[in-house]
Amino acid sequence: MPTLHSSGELPLKSEHDMVLGRQMVRRLAQEQGFSLVDQTKIVTAASELARNALIYGGGGMLKWEVLLDGLKRGVRLTFQDQGPGIANIELALTDGWTSGHGLGLGLSGARRLVNDFELDSVVGQGTRVTVTRWK
Amino acid sequence: MDRIPILRMGEFLLVTIQVDMHDQLALRLQDDLTQAIDKKGAKGVLIDISALEMVDSFIGRMIADISGMARILDAKTVLVGMQPAVAITLVELGLSLPGVATALNVERGMQLLRQTLDEAHADSALER
Repeated sequence: MPTLHSSGELPLKSEHDMVLGRQMVRRLAQEQGFSLVDQTKIVTAASELARNALIYGGGGMLKWEVLLDGLKRGVRLTFQDQGPGIANIELALTDGWTSGHGLGLGLSGARRLVNDFELDSVVGQGTRVTVTRWK
Repeated sequence: MDRIPILRMGEFLLVTIQVDMHDQLALRLQDDLTQAIDKKGAKGVLIDISALEMVDSFIGRMIADISGMARILDAKTVLVGMQPAVAITLVELGLSLPGVATALNVERGMQLLRQTLDEAHADSALER
């Protein structure tokens, strides 16, 4: 079982928060000694998910956790919003499908960029996406 | 208001993105650049992203859109300087930027633009 090393939260209420969130995730990944490619992957995934929380969820929170599992270190990010939720999760995870004006790569693309991906959504209550990338 | 500067170099425009862009800034660049192509009659656009540490689907789409808009305005876009880690991530994300010309750095991008222009000139000379 991984143990928690440290954690924190950041609001996602504006585009400026998205930029701050990306910078924070970059710093976390650097501190864990992630390779440049792994840093870029988790930062990019975070950017996609933060934008989803902001645009589709009407804003939310980003919770970050640094995990230790033996010699492995990981960064886990949870994006939580109180938006309309996702009615059809399978569809939302399909490449190219979008309910808005994007490319439909946010969720499906972010899933490919991380090691663990969990999506919970309740229509009318909100969406929570948790992703973890291990070093 | 924040803006990304657009420099004119002869027939070409050069844009160097050096900040972590928020979405509105990326959209403003798209507007500014298409207007600059029109006003200055630019034949080519170089977008230097060597300082960008991340390109997500939004920025990727902005780049692809700029390239398409420029083409319609009779200008060629070359994207230069993408970091290898960004290229790896972008393709894994699902964006391979089809239709966007790329070059390793500004110098090679400039060569590519000149070459394309020369070919276009040669073609139009033949037609006459």
